[in-house]
Amino acid sequence: MRRAVLIAIPYVWLVALFLVPFLIVLKISLSDIALARPPYTPQLDLAAGWDGIKSFFAALDFENFTFLATDDLYWKAYLSSLKIALVSTFLTLLVGYPIAYGMARAAPEWRPTLLMLVILPFWTSFLIRVYSWMGILSTEGVLNQFLLGIGVISEPLQIMNTNTAVYIGIVYTYLPFMILPIYSALEKLDDSLLEAAEDLGCSRLSAFWLVTIPLSTGGIVAGCFLVFIPALGEFVIPSLLGGSDTLMIGKVLWEEFFSNRDWPVASAVAVILLLILVIPIILFQRNQQLAREADT
Amino acid sequence: MAASVFAPWTDPDQKPLIEFRNVTKRFGDFTAINDLSLKIYEREFFALLGPSGCGKTTMMRMLAGFETPTQGNILLGGQVIDDVPPNKRAVNMMFQSYALFPHLSIWDNIAFGLKRESRDKASIEARVEEMLRLTRLTKFALRKPHQISGGQRQRVALARSLAKAPKLLLLDEPLGALDKKLREETQFELMDIQEKTGTTFVIVTHDQEEAMTVASRVAVMDEGRLVQVSTPDVIYEAPNSVYVAGFIGDVNLIKGTASARTTATVEEPEAPTQPAENTPSAAQQERTPRPNSYGEWLHDTLLSPILGKRVEAPKPKQLPAPTPEETATAKAAEAPDIPEGGLSLKWADGEPDLIAVNGDPALDGKEVTLALRPEKFSISKTKPTGVANAVKGKVIDIGYLGNISTYHVELPGGLMVKSQVTNTRRIARRDITWEDTVWLSFTATAGVVLPE
Repeated sequence: MRRAVLIAIPYVWLVALFLVPFLIVLKISLSDIALARPPYTPQLDLAAGWDGIKSFFAALDFENFTFLATDDLYWKAYLSSLKIALVSTFLTLLVGYPIAYGMARAAPEWRPTLLMLVILPFWTSFLIRVYSWMGILSTEGVLNQFLLGIGVISEPLQIMNTNTAVYIGIVYTYLPFMILPIYSALEKLDDSLLEAAEDLGCSRLSAFWLVTIPLSTGGIVAGCFLVFIPALGEFVIPSLLGGSDTLMIGKVLWEEFFSNRDWPVASAVAVILLLILVIPIILFQRNQQLAREADT
Repeated sequence: MAASVFAPWTDPDQKPLIEFRNVTKRFGDFTAINDLSLKIYEREFFALLGPSGCGKTTMMRMLAGFETPTQGNILLGGQVIDDVPPNKRAVNMMFQSYALFPHLSIWDNIAFGLKRESRDKASIEARVEEMLRLTRLTKFALRKPHQISGGQRQRVALARSLAKAPKLLLLDEPLGALDKKLREETQFELMDIQEKTGTTFVIVTHDQEEAMTVASRVAVMDEGRLVQVSTPDVIYEAPNSVYVAGFIGDVNLIKGTASARTTATVEEPEAPTQPAENTPSAAQQERTPRPNSYGEWLHDTLLSPILGKRVEAPKPKQLPAPTPEETATAKAAEAPDIPEGGLSLKWADGEPDLIAVNGDPALDGKEVTLALRPEKFSISKTKPTGVANAVKGKVIDIGYLGNISTYHVELPGGLMVKSQVTNTRRIARRDITWEDTVWLSFTATAGVVLPE
């Protein structure tokens, strides 16, 4: 009995907070827009009995999804989001790996402090941190003032409201999610493996490529997923730092919901986004499973 | 004996493969290696033996190139290698943890070093297959390191470090992770492989049995210095200090005041000897019981105060190994009339002095320690006649180990000694039991007199 309860808790959690909301969103995405509250039809009329349920399901259709396919705004937004998410994941990896490596190589007494410093930004509101980037990157911002001051540039750079600003924002925000899994993989790495590689004729650099990188792949993959997934649906950073030409699906979603009040289309956008995210996650899981099976 | 056919260290014309020249290594304030000089010759199986923290691992890491000496030089084949990085040295190391690459198969682990050289694929494959055969791992070539047993992992590590045919192979506690039975088997395998490949092996261990079994020479280390470097039999039979005597095997230490027996007629101190059939083979030593709490107490109370002084004391004269002639002399010494010379040792009031004809008469009047191996005692219920030394004692404890028995005997004055006797008779026929008064006897050359 106790066992059953314990096992049930995570399932109840997943069903109540993941599956049920998803089914509601899916249902709305199959509905039609209506000037009502909530702003879509049909509504399930249980009072009408079996006929009510039948007419409810009859009214559901894939109209919104066909609409998404015909209007090129949406697939362009998806593609652009994918591109921004991929590029910023890659940039985060480039910045995060050396930091994680440095932390893992640091003297053991320093490591807790360094970990603390990585986590420290979370203590400030995410919004405030993104806002402060506006102060740094804008034409009158700290960065331009500094560069003008030392004479590197004669005219302020336009970084704010471009994709560059979005990349900076995403890399900055999600860096800890990249650093922590890589750090934990590197920290476990036995130093004697590197010594063995050197002993067998590797230079420091080739030992890094042949031993350190392969043995931290798990951390790299986990870090990339932790950055890629939220970056794909990111809304706050592109809308605050990005420009009018920054097209991201998160922004589209927001506009459908709050500007157009078209909940069914917005839900359809969300369902597609979820599917896009689920595919790589499933692939990743399968890959892990295969690796485990190969090992045993 | 191997030493008589293979003993390059006795030949002054031999060029050493490795030479430590006054090497000192400091880590901050800590001196790990203190002005150490040592020569190791080609085809040797050389063991560095000592307690943890004695500097043996530092020496190995300096040979591999992971540490550089603070002072002095290390030479490999006559070349100073201090500035040669590990990946450029013809030295390979087998790590204590084996350090197998977990993401590579056994085959790729062994091929790892070969692929770093510009070799063609066929020769790499041939070499890997050869190493797999040598270490009997052919069946496991495609497995990953975590899919094989500890003993197999140990062999993979050995194969990997031998694959590049290094001039020198370093083994850092190579058998530490194996259980006792497997360790003994592997020791002989190691010796076999060393002989087959002709590679010079340097092994670091804190296990004295392991060092004695595998090595052609053993260096006993303490606090960054070499205390004694010699063949296993000399280390055991003629330790040059109380430290070495206590570190290798079981030993009884009897302290007393020495007096020269006749005025310096003995020119050469005679080596400690014993009947030849008692020569401790490796297998016999493996049967040596570990010290029990009583033995540890003995060690703590008797040995540790001496150890402190030992380090500053000038290096005592090392006794030569027993040669067949000396053994013959020793046989003669068992005759009732004891040869002249040597020392007599006053060790307890009201007890006859102990005679050690191999003692250095120069120690006359000094406080000395007589080191006696437990198996050198004869034990009997009646007072033996015609022996050089006989002391009376009471049996306190008997440890029955099957092939041998260890008697813990309390001597007058409370000194506890261990005596080991081979159980040639069935247990029912054994006549000595607890609380019995017994006589322990030993020849005039059975012990080693060590200065304070």
